[in-house]
Parts: sequence; C-alpha cells; structure tokens
Amino acid sequence: MAVTKTEPINGSTTKSSAPPLPSMPLKSDLLSILSLKSLRLKTKQQELLIRVSILCLVYVLAFITRLFSVLRYESMIHEFDPYFNYRTTLFLTQKGFYEFWNWFDSESWYPLGRIIGGTLYPGLMVTAAMMYWGLRFLRFAVHIREVCVLTAPFFASNTTLVAYFFGKEIWDTGAGLVAAVLIAICPGYISRSVAGSYDNEGVAIFALLLTFYLFVKAVNTGSLAWGLASAFGYFYMVSAWGGYVFIINLIPLYVLALLITGRYSMRLYVAYNCMYVLGMLLAMQIRFVGFQHVQSGEHMAAMGVFFLMQVFYFLDWVKHLLNDKKLFEAFLRITVTCAVGVGSIALGVGTASGYISPWSGRFYSLLDPTYAKDHIPIIASVSEHQPTAWSSFMFDFHILLFLFPAGLYFCFKRLSDATIFIVMYGLTSMYFAGVMVRLILVATPAVCLISAIAVSATIKNLTMLLRTKSKVSQTGSTKGTGGGKTSSKAMLDQSQPFQRNGAIALLFGAFYLLSRYAIHCTWVTSEAYSSPSIVLAARGAHGNRVIFDDYREAYYWLRQNTPPDAKVMSWWDYGYQITAMGNRTVIVDNNTWNNTHIATVGRAMSSYEDEAYEIMRSLDVDYVLVVFGGVTGYSSDDINKFLWMVRIGGGVFPVIKEPDYLVNGEYRVDKGAAPKMLNCLMIWNSDLVTSYPHQNHNDLRTYKSIWMYKLSYYRFGELMTEYGKPPGYDRARGVEIGNKDIKLEHLEEAFTTSNWIVRIYKVKPPNNRW
Amino acid sequence: MARTTSSDAQALFHSLRSAYTSTPTSLKIIDLYVCFAVFTAIIQVVYMAVVGSFPFNSFLSGVLSCVGTAVLAVCLRIQVNKENKEFKDLAPERAFADFVLCNLVLHLVIMNFLG
Repeated sequence: MAVTKTEPINGSTTKSSAPPLPSMPLKSDLLSILSLKSLRLKTKQQELLIRVSILCLVYVLAFITRLFSVLRYESMIHEFDPYFNYRTTLFLTQKGFYEFWNWFDSESWYPLGRIIGGTLYPGLMVTAAMMYWGLRFLRFAVHIREVCVLTAPFFASNTTLVAYFFGKEIWDTGAGLVAAVLIAICPGYISRSVAGSYDNEGVAIFALLLTFYLFVKAVNTGSLAWGLASAFGYFYMVSAWGGYVFIINLIPLYVLALLITGRYSMRLYVAYNCMYVLGMLLAMQIRFVGFQHVQSGEHMAAMGVFFLMQVFYFLDWVKHLLNDKKLFEAFLRITVTCAVGVGSIALGVGTASGYISPWSGRFYSLLDPTYAKDHIPIIASVSEHQPTAWSSFMFDFHILLFLFPAGLYFCFKRLSDATIFIVMYGLTSMYFAGVMVRLILVATPAVCLISAIAVSATIKNLTMLLRTKSKVSQTGSTKGTGGGKTSSKAMLDQSQPFQRNGAIALLFGAFYLLSRYAIHCTWVTSEAYSSPSIVLAARGAHGNRVIFDDYREAYYWLRQNTPPDAKVMSWWDYGYQITAMGNRTVIVDNNTWNNTHIATVGRAMSSYEDEAYEIMRSLDVDYVLVVFGGVTGYSSDDINKFLWMVRIGGGVFPVIKEPDYLVNGEYRVDKGAAPKMLNCLMIWNSDLVTSYPHQNHNDLRTYKSIWMYKLSYYRFGELMTEYGKPPGYDRARGVEIGNKDIKLEHLEEAFTTSNWIVRIYKVKPPNNRW
Repeated sequence: MARTTSSDAQALFHSLRSAYTSTPTSLKIIDLYVCFAVFTAIIQVVYMAVVGSFPFNSFLSGVLSCVGTAVLAVCLRIQVNKENKEFKDLAPERAFADFVLCNLVLHLVIMNFLG
C-alpha cells in the first residue's frame, strides 16, 4: 500500500516540473537531474510493476489451472452436492429471491419435503445469481450453468489476492507474493475449486481467508472500520458454509492466547468486540444459523471470551486509575471471583435448562476422530469424513509439508500479533485436517501462508548473502533494509569461504523444489482433481479414452419416461442428482437431515424382497435406482456402499445386524457370501458367483438374495464381462457372483444404462387378491 | 476479616473516585452513555426473565442493540483517549466517523432483525 501511495505523488511531481522549462541551458541541467530522479523512481516503479504483473499472472493462473475439467470433459456441474446448488441457483434466478427464501421443496425427502430457504447456506447461490444478473445487465448472454461452473475458479483467483494482502500483513510483500503463487496452484485447494465443482467451499475459502485477513488488519490497526469489514467478511462466510464455526472458535482462541501470554492490547479489544458483536448480529440474519450464536455450545466460547474481554478491559482501566498495586489486588480478587462465579452459574443454568444446546455430533467427531465411527454412522460413511492418510497430505501439500515447520520457525522468531494468529490458524487447522480429509481444504491457506514465509525469508537471506558480497567491491547504493544488510555483512566477514557457493547451491535447490511443486500441482490437477465423477473416463485396451456417461443417460431416461410425479428410491448419494437432472421426487438425498428416513431406505435395501416391498409400498416408491459397477469395474457403487446401508439402517432398526451380512468378518459377494447377503434387495441383481472356494454352495441356493444384491446383479449372471472369465464375473470386486439366477418378484427391470452402471427398476403394483 | 475488607472497599472507592474526577469531560460523557446502554440492557434482561423471551429475535435485537452501542462507545473512548499511546496517530474525527459507521450498520441490521 505504501508504495502505491508514493508512486502517483512522484509521478505528478515529475510531470508538473517538466513543462516550465523555456531556456536551453537550464533544460539540459534540469534534464540530467530529472533523468537521475526518474531513474531512481524507476526502480521503485519497476518493483511495483513487477509486483502488479506477478499478481495479475497469478490471478490468471489460478483461474486457468482449474479449467482442466472443462477442457477434458465439458462445461458441467460435478459430483453430488453441486447439483443441489445448481438446482437452487436455477430456481433463484428464475423465480426471484423471495420465492427462493420461502421455497418448500416437495421433490425431495418424500413424503416429508424440505424447507429449502431455511435449511441451506444461501451465500453461494446468491453470489452466482448476482454474477449472472450482473453479466446479463452488461448484455452478456451467458447461461446460468456457465456462471455456476466458473464460480469456484473465479473465487480461487480472488483468494490469491487476499492471500497476497494477508501475507503482506503478517510478513512482507515478498511473502505475500509467494503465498499468492503457492495458494493459486495448491492441490489441497484445487480439489474443491475446479471449474464445475460448484460447492459452498469454493466461495467459503475466499470468505474464510478474507475474514481472517481483515481481522488481523483490525488487530494491527485497532480501527473500528477494519473490524466492521471483518464482521462483513464473517457474515459472508456464515452465509456460505457451515465451516464458519471454525472462525467463531479460532478467533476467540487467538484472543485468549494473547490474553494469557500478556499481549492484550486496546487494539485487540476494539477489533474483537466490534467483529464479534456485529458479526454475530449479521450472522443471525441467515435463517439456517438463526439463534445458534447465543444458543449452541459451539458458539459459547466466543461469547465467553467477549465477556472476559470486558472484564479484562474494566480491570485494566481500574488499574490505570488506581496506580496502587495493593488496592488493585484487593479489587482484582473481588471482581474476578464475582465474574467467574456469575459466568459459571450462567453457563450451568443455561446448559441444565436446555437453553444452551450441547455440542453437536459433528463437532464431537472433529475433536475426537473415533466419535463418529461409534455414534454417527452417517457421518462416518462419507469418504471425505475419514481421517486423513499421510499420502493424501503429501499429495495435497507436496513440499509445503516440509516448508510448514520451517515457516513456523520463522514466525516464532519474529513474533507479533499477526504471526501468532497465523501460527494458531496453521496448527489448529492442521489438526483438523488430520481428523477429516475434507478439512485439508481449511488448512491449505494457512499452510500456504506459513510456507510462503519460509520460502520468502530463506530466499531473501540467501540473495542478501550473494548481493552483499558483490557490493563489497562496489560499495554501491544500499537502500532499504539497511539493518539486515549490515548484520549479514558482518556475518559474512567471519563466515566460511564457501558460504557464497553454498548460498548459490541452496538457491538452486529452492528453485528446483519450487518448480517440482509447480509440476506436481499441475499433474495432480489434471489427473486427479478434474474428474467430474458424473462422467467417468477410463483407458481402453488400446490406450484410448473411454467415456462412461451412464449417470446422465439414466437421469434423462427418468426425466423422459416416467410420470412427472414418480417417486424414485435410491441410496442418498444420488438424491440431489436425481432431482436436479431427472426432475423426479426422491425419498432421501444428500442433505442428510433425517436419519430415520435414510435408515428406512437402508433397511429396505438390506432386507429380503418381500420386506423391502412392504417398505417401498409404505413410502410410495415407483422406481428404484441402483448403481452397479460390476461391468465396468467402477468401484464406488452401491454394493461397496452396502455395508454402510446396513450400519445406518441398523442404527435405527436393530432388526438389521451387520454380522448377518458378513462371513467370518469379511464382506463378500461371491458364492462364499453370507446367506442373507445373497438375498437382499441390493444384491439381487447379481447372482454373483465367486472365484473363491465355494463353501456353502448349496445353502446359498436356498436363500433369496437381499434386495440390494438382487437389484445390482439381476441378470448379471448371463453377462460375459471379461474375456476368459466365467459369466457373471464382477470386475469391480474381481469375483464371480454367488447367485447367478436371480428372480425378481415385486419389481421389474425398467432400464439399464449402456454400461450397466445405473439400473432402474419399476415397482410392480400389488398382485390381485383373487 | 470483614472489617478489613470493608475498609479496603471504602479506601478503594475513595481512591477510584478521586482518580476519576481528573478524566476529561468528553470521556465522562462517553462513560455516561455506556452506563446508560448497559443499564438499558440489564432492564431488558430482567424483563425477559420476568415476562418470558417469546419473540426471541426482538429480545435479542433489543439487548444486542444496547450491548453493541456500549461496546462501540467503549471502543470510541479508547480511541479518543489521549493517554492511549497506541492510538496516537488516529485522529479523533476518524475515530468518530468509524464509530458512526459501525452504529449505522448495527442499527440497520437490528431494524431488520426486530421483526
């Protein structure tokens, strides 16, 4: 900021001094001065120019590196949740904000329905709709889908700018630039912000970093205006993503740490109080969040710190007034006892009377990684909620993983309010990233910033070593950071002779590492994170690319061949896609707000066909949709998710017991499969025969398959999937199915996509009684 | 024991009072404003305890309006206080402008929330 301010002033002085130069001799004299002056200006201008152009390039880079998915596939919405966001955005742009806000959606959670306006974070949809309306206003005839597809890359670009300013605030401009570059291509962030991944996180990370930046700025300046700005950043974050809970806990934690370490300052008081009061009030305007800021246990830390802050300020003020240690101690005793007493009584009464709700399961599962596994299978079942493996840390952070501790070292060496903040943000978010895979995303900005400090500080030191050596001969103009240079000069004098060569070698090493990082990031983006997962791609036998577009095929079939009021039952993963693309009513979807309803579907999927039929009749189901990867070798299909259906169903209906579906604690679909398994609904599709030793071969025949089994493997026994293998060979699991002769009694096959990935069954009406 | 604490408290009170008289008038006015806001908040909380918190958003907006006003005023007091070295380069006019801006936002949101 300082440089941009000085630039125009200097520029205008040169311009204003240039015109009044009538005489020749004077002119030449002045020219020399001017050229000297403009030369000196030029280095500054050059620096600014370089910085701005780097930022522009980074801005563009962050955008285009996320376009792999559009180039490889097409401009489409990815995965599961984005389809819901897309559907709601479409509704918002078509019907307007009030309709959107009061929307009761009868197409999902049949027969319960869902109040959309009150149960979603509207930030993303409103942002996309605003951009859409803005572009329309400027007469750009864009489709809303294009806007939605490009929302996440656009916000990723903005995030790089915020990262630059944040880095500048906590360290210097160099660190800011490096942070912007690192975050622009960091795979941990790209994983959630490629084009088409139209999800809350896309804008939320921008909002998160913006809030933090503005808060740190407010702490550094102690200005109410910055506090207000950070409150607005917080409001945007609350409107965009449930991860705002992280902010509302991290900032109080930071304040508390400053209080404990004796770094309390008036600036902190101003920043925190302004941000908390206004941010809380603004957040309450989001209906989904509502009164949680004063009622739920997760938000109580912020309120506690708010009151603590008042007490602290009051004590500080009294101490200032009294100027008497003994008296103040007496006063302190009285007030602290009173404050702690009142606070704990209020908390106790609030918790006991149920006014303050206890911590939610999701929050517990964050603090204790094993909590979800034991108590909430629906959270544990989502793959992105699993604890993170080391390899995925390496995959998502690459060299940042090594630079992170180095950056922490530099932060500790130059401790200030801002560096303490980034250290706390980095450490807490790293812990959460270890608990849940998806929270790597939250840790990414912190890791990038801290690593940027390490990179910037190291390179600066090394180049300084090189340049001082050359300047010893020149004794040239030393400008800026004089203190650092002289000290390094002094260090150089008493250093080893190979220091300069060492510095060069280290510099090359650093550049090698950074270039490896860039290569790694690009590779990961193009290979791993750009797949829409709704269209699958595989390598054919000749190395050519094979596209499986079965999902959309099935959804379009639903849209065009079923009655408009048909109810489709599927596992909850596909609910959003069916409503968005198939335009049909679903029983459960990815908004897992009603566990019992999901468990009912899980129970249907895991019971015998007769029972399943009863359940489906009671839910008014017309069609059943099953995802099956046995033909293509697509491994995340319903058979592989089946155990979770059993667990979630069993969590509510104790009739369903997991061991019934296992053989010696093993889950298998072949001939050695558990008898119940072979008959359950899900599996019926398969008379899966196995390549495993057949133990209960004959027993198996006597059981009917569970529904899911039946549905997945129906008529699969007739199919040759792979050359040289028996018919009914399941390529996803590498076994021959155990029940090849599946008969369906209450269902009939309605549609199977070209690669068998999606299979749709029609529920028959009940038989005539006569 | 009781005597010493009471005498302590008395001495405390006296010295506090004598120290406070030397505060500039402008700060005293802000103090009065803060006290008034806190007092209003306490009245509302007591009223809520007696009558019930049914329109909870109305109660919250009432109390938060008071608390917000008080906190913002304290911030203003910190910023315009000449004794605070941290804010030496912040002009009182700027501090007041910030204060007005924050209050504007606060009360606009509260008007929306009052419902």
